[in-house]
Amino acid sequence: MKKYKILEDVAIADIAIEAYGKGLNELFENCAFAVFEESADINKIKEKEKKSVKLSAKSADDLLFDFLSEILFLKDTYSMIFKKASVKISKKGNNYSLNAELVGEPINRKKHELRNDIKAITLHMFKLEKTKEGYKALFVVDV
Amino acid sequence: MRPEPERPKEINKISDFIWEIPTSHKKGMLVPARIYASKGLIEQMDNGVFDQVTNVACLPGIQKYSFCMPDGHWGYGFPIGGVAAFDPEEKGIISPGGIGFDINCGMRLVTTNLTFDQVKPKLRELTDTLFKLVPAGVGCKGFVDANKSQFIEIIENGSKWCVENGYGWKEDIERTEGYGKIDWADHTKVSDKAMQRGMNQLGTLGSGNHYLETQLVKAENIFDKETAKAFGIHTSNQIVVMVHCGSRGFGHQIGTDYLRKFEPVMKEHGIEIRDRELTCAPFNSKEGQDYYKAMACAANMAFSNRQVILHRIREGFEKTFNKDAEKMEMHMVYDVAHNIAKLEEHEIDGKKKKLVVHRKGSTRAFPPGHPELNPIFKKTGQPVIIGGSMETGSYLLVGTEEAMKQTWGSTAHGSGRTMSRARAKREVRGDKLQKDMEKRGIYVKSVSMAGLAEEAGLAYKNVDEVIDTVHKAGISKRVVKLLPIANVKG
Repeated sequence: MKKYKILEDVAIADIAIEAYGKGLNELFENCAFAVFEESADINKIKEKEKKSVKLSAKSADDLLFDFLSEILFLKDTYSMIFKKASVKISKKGNNYSLNAELVGEPINRKKHELRNDIKAITLHMFKLEKTKEGYKALFVVDV
Repeated sequence: MRPEPERPKEINKISDFIWEIPTSHKKGMLVPARIYASKGLIEQMDNGVFDQVTNVACLPGIQKYSFCMPDGHWGYGFPIGGVAAFDPEEKGIISPGGIGFDINCGMRLVTTNLTFDQVKPKLRELTDTLFKLVPAGVGCKGFVDANKSQFIEIIENGSKWCVENGYGWKEDIERTEGYGKIDWADHTKVSDKAMQRGMNQLGTLGSGNHYLETQLVKAENIFDKETAKAFGIHTSNQIVVMVHCGSRGFGHQIGTDYLRKFEPVMKEHGIEIRDRELTCAPFNSKEGQDYYKAMACAANMAFSNRQVILHRIREGFEKTFNKDAEKMEMHMVYDVAHNIAKLEEHEIDGKKKKLVVHRKGSTRAFPPGHPELNPIFKKTGQPVIIGGSMETGSYLLVGTEEAMKQTWGSTAHGSGRTMSRARAKREVRGDKLQKDMEKRGIYVKSVSMAGLAEEAGLAYKNVDEVIDTVHKAGISKRVVKLLPIANVKG
């Protein structure tokens, strides 16, 4: 299964991403992967440091928005870029909880091939839906 | 995926430069939408603009028209180039999607008394020095090592803090919109997360379309000699410097925080919106006021960011040319926001009203004699700085009375994209573009080659046509066109 694709000619100054996953965990991981790849060439990032993320929300799409926003928060706060995310989501009643681990390293302008400094995850066209194959999400990032 | 929005069936021509979409176009439109564009630009305008400008027309308390400027394009929430005013007395709202995550993204222009002949032999050295002094790119850290209590002072006092702490000249404040300090900033309305995220980023450019550019004035590009002179541009071959950046992660986090906070508030007030990114709150509600005060903190951070960057630019010039910045007459022309909302007094049908004017990718363009302007601009009107693409050129304009009458004292902010980033990257290679530009006399130093390709001139509208439109529509007047000779990019 393809992890994600960029939707061309949508929100032209920004980047529109459609990501896929068999389950919610994989969908969230692939959404994160798209954010990582848009930020830098992940092949040049080493797995040196880990950051853990714990979140909860009242819906899966709010949880996805918060999770992706958290990645941007960690990027700026710790000057880090990431290459991998592992996500575990559980649902109790109407509450979704997420435990995730992000792996990457501190930014080095000389070593890393940096791309876009994503400013924020927007709610424009934001969508998380169930499909025949699993799940699909659409989100636009502000660059 | 949602199909691409449709173009409205009815786009009525009001004048050669104004096009109107009537309220009958979409259910819920409270006012018509007006797009400023030449015939060529309206035909080029992407369909997202029509959808978004008419979505804005549905927001509570909107007055007169929902506007889009000629550099407009498909954004999130408001279109980029969107201008709208809301009356708090008529349940008018404030929306982070009408300001942008990059709160007080804006432009700063600085003059020098150096000529092209003096700068040319050292242009590469100068640009490399500026590239080192002003960090750019993903997650870059600034050189100002502020602790939390200092950072609070910065976000509440803006440029004033910078100048008091040695990062600039007193006169810089005189030449910054609102004197570089928004009074209603209140740090208690800002999350710890936003503080943590933004604290180490003062003095950084960021990436995307942000840049630091060395530019050239040519005699044939001075359109209004008297105003140009009043703004400090007087010689052919004079060198100036332009900066485009904003409030960095600090502002981005404030936008993100309040976007989520506003969702339940809308339910409470029964506000319905057509795009989740138009999430808003009544301006007079507690939440609306909280955001207004937090937004002001981000705006102060952005003024400070550009102020600290100016300090570094002066250092870079001093180092390269071995002369004092004062001797090189490195005076600011102006610093102006183009992503902001402000409570301003405007006239509607002969009555004066306080309105929350949102400008998202639009520059304030106040006329001569406006009470909010520093007396030094009393005769001329407010300088308006428009950043074009890095290949084609930028403009200095001046505000007008017509802008007050027509567009809540607002005009364009840039040249406006016409091509997506992905498409631009397929059409252009960053390293090739860099070499081609160098052959044409524009030296570019960029953190990212992919980022460079995304900002290629072909991805933008014709800036001359955009400026021609605002000039002929009267909402600002052309003063000088500035040509790029070197560019530092994130």
